[in-house]
Amino acid sequence: MSHSNAPAPTPLTDSTLLSVRDLTKTFPGRRRLGRPASRVRAVDGVAFDLAAGETLGLVGESGCGKSTTGRMLVRLLEPTAGTVAFDNQDITHLSQRQLRPTRRHLQMIFQDPYASLNPRQTVSRILSEPLLIQGKSARAARHRAAELLELVGLNPEHLDRHPYQFSGGQAQRIGIARALATGPRLIVADEPVSALDVSVQAQIVNLLERLQHELGLALLFIAHDLSVVKRICDRVAVMYLGRIVEIGDKHAVYDAPAHPYTQALLSAVPLPDPAAERRRERIVLLGDPPSPAAPPSGCSFHPRCPKAQDICRNQRPALAAVGREGRQAACHFPTDH
Amino acid sequence: MPSNTETDTPLLRVRDLQVQFETRAESIRAVDGISFTVEAGRTLGLVGESGSGKSVTSMAVMGLHRRARISGSIALAGRELLSLTDQQLSRLRGRRMAMVFQDPLSALHPAYTVGEQIAEARRRHFGTGRRAAHRHAVDMLGEVGIPEPARRAGEYPHQFSGGMRQRAVIAMALSCEPDLLIADEPTTALDVTVQAQILELIARLQQQRQLGVLMITHDLGVVARVAHDVLVMYGGRAAEQAPVDDLFRQPAHPYTRGLLDSIPRLDDPDDAPLRTIAGSPPSLASPIPGCPFAPRCSRAAGAEEAIRARCTDEQPRPSYYAPGRLVACHLPLGIPEHGTSPTDIQHPAEEAR
Repeated sequence: MSHSNAPAPTPLTDSTLLSVRDLTKTFPGRRRLGRPASRVRAVDGVAFDLAAGETLGLVGESGCGKSTTGRMLVRLLEPTAGTVAFDNQDITHLSQRQLRPTRRHLQMIFQDPYASLNPRQTVSRILSEPLLIQGKSARAARHRAAELLELVGLNPEHLDRHPYQFSGGQAQRIGIARALATGPRLIVADEPVSALDVSVQAQIVNLLERLQHELGLALLFIAHDLSVVKRICDRVAVMYLGRIVEIGDKHAVYDAPAHPYTQALLSAVPLPDPAAERRRERIVLLGDPPSPAAPPSGCSFHPRCPKAQDICRNQRPALAAVGREGRQAACHFPTDH
Repeated sequence: MPSNTETDTPLLRVRDLQVQFETRAESIRAVDGISFTVEAGRTLGLVGESGSGKSVTSMAVMGLHRRARISGSIALAGRELLSLTDQQLSRLRGRRMAMVFQDPLSALHPAYTVGEQIAEARRRHFGTGRRAAHRHAVDMLGEVGIPEPARRAGEYPHQFSGGMRQRAVIAMALSCEPDLLIADEPTTALDVTVQAQILELIARLQQQRQLGVLMITHDLGVVARVAHDVLVMYGGRAAEQAPVDDLFRQPAHPYTRGLLDSIPRLDDPDDAPLRTIAGSPPSLASPIPGCPFAPRCSRAAGAEEAIRARCTDEQPRPSYYAPGRLVACHLPLGIPEHGTSPTDIQHPAEEAR
């Protein structure tokens, strides 16, 4: 059975760091009234490539599978099907021990810094642990931990404090420092600013941007906030109900969205400008995103789509090129600007 | 029935509201001297970050604080709420004023059908019979855009999606035709496409019913979309108050300016780094004597010694800035262009009345 979302946009090149093909995750659904549980297809045939030093934004609404995708990439979740290749090595089925050399290049930043940092450990311990696992001496690890704090804009004298002694923004800086400890080449950041106060988000966005440039990191930035993603990413992939519905250069996707869902999503984002808000034409979608336990037939967006025709109800569209710049959309009636 | 049609009595008038919580160890002043009005058919956006006191303010209006010391005045259509008994208040709650919360699931009882819950307020406040109240609940569900309302009224909250639940909560809030709707982050838990639906729904119902709306949010985009007037709160105090266009076009308080500069915008070119506000929002447990924003304020940091000392030591009072505008700042933005110096600004907030 193939759920291929069609081959990914960019062909494999020397600079391809991460290559994801046909990635699928199903979870057991709940049993209801003795009927056998149906499986929930949270991620359904996702494919993309990420080049070294590149930033890809993965956007979509709750339940679209963006976080599940991110977790599979770093092997926090086991894919049901498909492959993840890092640096030309298939890591999908490596044991945790075999994975260890790759781990240092593949790190993650989480949404809630307080939940992802051990409250009983000092910052020194939190930052040293990945280094100790990689075989560094305790002394060298502590020295590196101090460097890392400085790198993320914290006072290295605070090494012996605990996470709760830091504000939310500072705690997220520690989470970022931990991800950087082993000198990774790719960081998966899952909603790294959405738990922070508005006035603090910009600090973290700027920090990530600076680090990404300075260290030449590849970044997979998972977020529901389209403005933040536009800010930080080179390319963007829009997910809906477990599938990528549009992917491409951010200017192509933001300035001339091809998929009706991308268009609606962008038009729904409120602008902090009352005059612009009054001028704007909004596409207000009907209904809620459907449940991945009972996906609609054909194109899963068709029940909410203003353009839906018969073919949309019956036949699932594959990702296909729309316009130039390597942009692809999965729609029978894409807008080619 | 007290009238709010008289032009001189605003629907909701809050004056010098103070809310203080006592714990064994300390006393926390969560709201410190907030004043505002909400007129029928208008929306006041109450904006702030966590700990700014915006939700504490809205809960105080609804009379939902159990162990707080509240002073000042809260008048609904001219009637002082702070002197009412619990019983008198509960006759107003849900009837003259109603509230919609961030999380619709926690506002609904899991063991009663959605229809029963909407009908309940009607039965309680109007003594409507079971059947008539049920019919009304179905009408309300239809009005807030729930398809097949007669069938959905018989379902339980868990059978509703997030957006549908928030619609049901709005139906419940409006079932007794209140004059004032308090919406506390009503779309924060929702997806952006669903948020657009809910904001549109609230705006439509507001027009039809001439509702006064107090919209509490941290999202300046939401404020720009729905509010007529805005009150920006910081550290439990009012930073500035203005009609929505003025606030976004020319913010007077350095905090407002900083907030607007620090949010990425969809319609912005994205090459320059975002401007940031240093530090994080203040702790209410250890307030400072001066302006709560002073430790993060680049304007205060760049000012002469004497003025900087004022910012850190002396609490700025909300003062007249322009017609319909107040700002609580010793160094408001844009004043030199208007040809007045900060010392010329009129004190205190009489102009606001």
